[in-house]
Amino acid sequence: MKTYVGIDLGSTTTKAILIDEDRAVIGRGITNSRSNYSTAARVASEEARIDARFTLFRRALNAGGGKSGELDEFLGALERSFRLLQFLEQLGDLEETCRGQVKGERFAKVEDAVREAIVEIFKRLREEAPSLYAPGAKRKSDFFRDIAGSRYHAQAEDVARAAAIPYELLLNVYDKSIIEVENRPPSGGLSDKFRQALARVLAADSAVKTGSTDVPKTIEKTLDIDLEETYLVGTGYGRVTLPFSKEHIRSEILCHGLGAHMMYPNTRTVLDIGGQDTKGIQIDANGIVENFQMNDRCAAGCGRYLGYIADEMNMGLHELGPLAMKSNRPARINSTCTVFAGAELRDRLSLGEKREDILAGLHRSIILRAISIISRSGGVTSEFTFTGGVAKNEAAVRELKKVIKENYGDVTINIDPESIYTGALGAAEFARRAHLEQPEGRAA
Amino acid sequence: MTIIVTPKAGPAKDIEKDASMVKQKEMMAAHYDRLTNVPQTGEKVCATFVPGNLNELIMCFDLVNNLPEVNAIQSGLRRQSGAYVLEAEKIGHSEDVCTYVKSDIGMMAKGNIGPNGKKMPDPDVLLLSYTGCFTFMKWFELLREQYKCETIMLHTPYMGDGKITKNMTDYMVKQLKEEVIPKLERVSGVKFDIDRLRENLKKSARAEDDLVRVLQSAKHKPSPIDAYFGGIYYIGPIFGAFRGTDDAIDYYSFLRAEVEERIAAGKGPVTPDGDMGKEKYRLVVEGPPNYTNFRQFWKMFYDEGAVVVASTYSKVGGVYDLGFRHDPDKPLETLAEYCLGVYTNRSLPMRIDMIANYLNEYEADGLLINSIKSCNSFSAGQLLIMREVEKRTGKPAAFIESDLVDPRYFSAANIKNRLESYFQMIEQKRAGGRAAA
Repeated sequence: MKTYVGIDLGSTTTKAILIDEDRAVIGRGITNSRSNYSTAARVASEEARIDARFTLFRRALNAGGGKSGELDEFLGALERSFRLLQFLEQLGDLEETCRGQVKGERFAKVEDAVREAIVEIFKRLREEAPSLYAPGAKRKSDFFRDIAGSRYHAQAEDVARAAAIPYELLLNVYDKSIIEVENRPPSGGLSDKFRQALARVLAADSAVKTGSTDVPKTIEKTLDIDLEETYLVGTGYGRVTLPFSKEHIRSEILCHGLGAHMMYPNTRTVLDIGGQDTKGIQIDANGIVENFQMNDRCAAGCGRYLGYIADEMNMGLHELGPLAMKSNRPARINSTCTVFAGAELRDRLSLGEKREDILAGLHRSIILRAISIISRSGGVTSEFTFTGGVAKNEAAVRELKKVIKENYGDVTINIDPESIYTGALGAAEFARRAHLEQPEGRAA
Repeated sequence: MTIIVTPKAGPAKDIEKDASMVKQKEMMAAHYDRLTNVPQTGEKVCATFVPGNLNELIMCFDLVNNLPEVNAIQSGLRRQSGAYVLEAEKIGHSEDVCTYVKSDIGMMAKGNIGPNGKKMPDPDVLLLSYTGCFTFMKWFELLREQYKCETIMLHTPYMGDGKITKNMTDYMVKQLKEEVIPKLERVSGVKFDIDRLRENLKKSARAEDDLVRVLQSAKHKPSPIDAYFGGIYYIGPIFGAFRGTDDAIDYYSFLRAEVEERIAAGKGPVTPDGDMGKEKYRLVVEGPPNYTNFRQFWKMFYDEGAVVVASTYSKVGGVYDLGFRHDPDKPLETLAEYCLGVYTNRSLPMRIDMIANYLNEYEADGLLINSIKSCNSFSAGQLLIMREVEKRTGKPAAFIESDLVDPRYFSAANIKNRLESYFQMIEQKRAGGRAAA
């Protein structure tokens, strides 16, 4: 089947979207940008293709009369099983790479001990892996680097203590290896991985309930569908570094405008707060950009600012919003300068202000800055859509709603849980249109 | 606010220099030599600014015209302004002050070496034709402090109501008669001769005719010139020390002939990388350019097939395409009218009219504003201009930000991102309903 791929190479994450000829989203993939856009693009689009397989499985099984509750359960099990296999495969690669790192002067005298320690760490990681992908298990991140990293650190501490070798040595081995592993292109053979995953699910519960359908046969048939990469369009900060020719590149401003239009056709104003820029975009009834403004020269008040604040407060990025929500007396903070933020924060804490009040104030100042960008682009006249990583932050959303109401009255504000994919969605649609315009459209 | 250099040579390949380019380069070199040779020749120097530059009058007193903004631009193009700006900040000028001023002050602090590598002369007189930029007044205040020389201010009333009244010109002619001319006579020791002024003005008008032909050639498709990046070279002589000279007449007649040849050959503008490729976007640009990354900035346009068909910046030293010419029959009134009409002395509604007309007359795809961080005089009101022009013409506009000669405020990735978005936006608008969802 024909698929159209949109890839949004952001400063923090890289997102990919696969749509079909009917403009339906069939797959989404995301990965960390890891300062290597070409690997990130490959990983994200492979993730989107994996996701697309699940969409196709669902479509096929649905057609076969599967009940949705049972289907969810089965596909959930299949996905966990698939993710586990994927994780174990990368873990194997990581182990081998780590072992290869144990050489040279640093390891003189302890070489064997470190090697044994690594074997032990990975043995433990493999043993605990199924629990990470058990039903209901919560993972803070789905990126291999994050999962493997946090578990490696935990296990290495234990193992180092028991073996009486320096913990730093083990960390050093990991740090050097993870970059290498992460930047290795994903290995092929997705179909086999799906088959193995299915076998595991069936082995665990041979009486999978998915209606009358012959599951293995349906899955097998679906795997035979070729996901042709009919046309690809890249957007985002990394776009220029990719070996895409000009016809395969679109500005992220256009992609965000079109993506928001596809999600909410009545949208006329789009605010996107990403890692290093904030964009205010005005679009017409067809999703065509009419005007835009963005932050200039300085990433003050963007996603990175929150990341920096989280680091300063020794918190996770996703914990900021919930804590700020507890405030009912937000501090008044004028500066959104990322460099000054740390000083401002410490100063206020030392004055006895509450963490939640400071955080609420910081969220408000980000939104005020964003509103200034929006007003410069033409303000809010009708339906409004908020996208980007910061749209996932409930405190930012709360402030935005307040400030929009204060300035522009009652307007519809849309926030899609998948809004991080807005740019990639627009890019995928541009890909589809580009292909239609030149029927012989080649894939990038 | 003008630049008076020829484009730096492009790639190693032999670039055929047009006669006008060769001529301009010679004129510039000769002028800087004349300035730096003042200690030997004993000539006297008059410092003044591009908008409201009274070159015809200055020449009547055998004074050499020195333009501090042009020196700042030269420093920007030669990548020296960054260090000069820092030097000025060290002396105590804040980060937001006009960077022309800081480049000039920094250059003086570092020995005042001109583009020819020799020391620039101290001015004997500072002649300020005040034409809307308040900073110019402060700038000369600083220079007066430094050089302790005669300072003359010619006050030009602001064109708040969009028209020149008799009152305004009378007021200015009175100043010329009672203040400006007597002081210039005193400083130079040369008696004012109104016939000499008439002669100079006659020459100005001839060059101005050719300049207008050149600027309006951009109405052709493809446009044979770039009226912003290329335009900066074209306005060099007439905005600088050459208006009213035979050199300027020659330069503009060469230039006009070259442009006419390009039209006949169906060619687009010349860029530092040779002839521009296919013309894809026709733009009107408001605001000064960035000089520290001038070629990189220009390349972002011509690489994408974007040509500027009209710009307001090419009118800062005089607006000629709306009909004004220096008139030898009313020598002092014409100087007044010239000062009144320069772009920086025009109100926001006048600027809006001018830009909206350019968009229509030059059949441009849209308006681009380059907002200069350290130039409040230009930047104030630009967003309002943009909205109003969009509303009147229905054509898309975009906004980028940079600075004149402070390299710290040129973010190539950011500007390129906006420009590309803008070009694609124009493309998408053209496709219009065809691509509609």
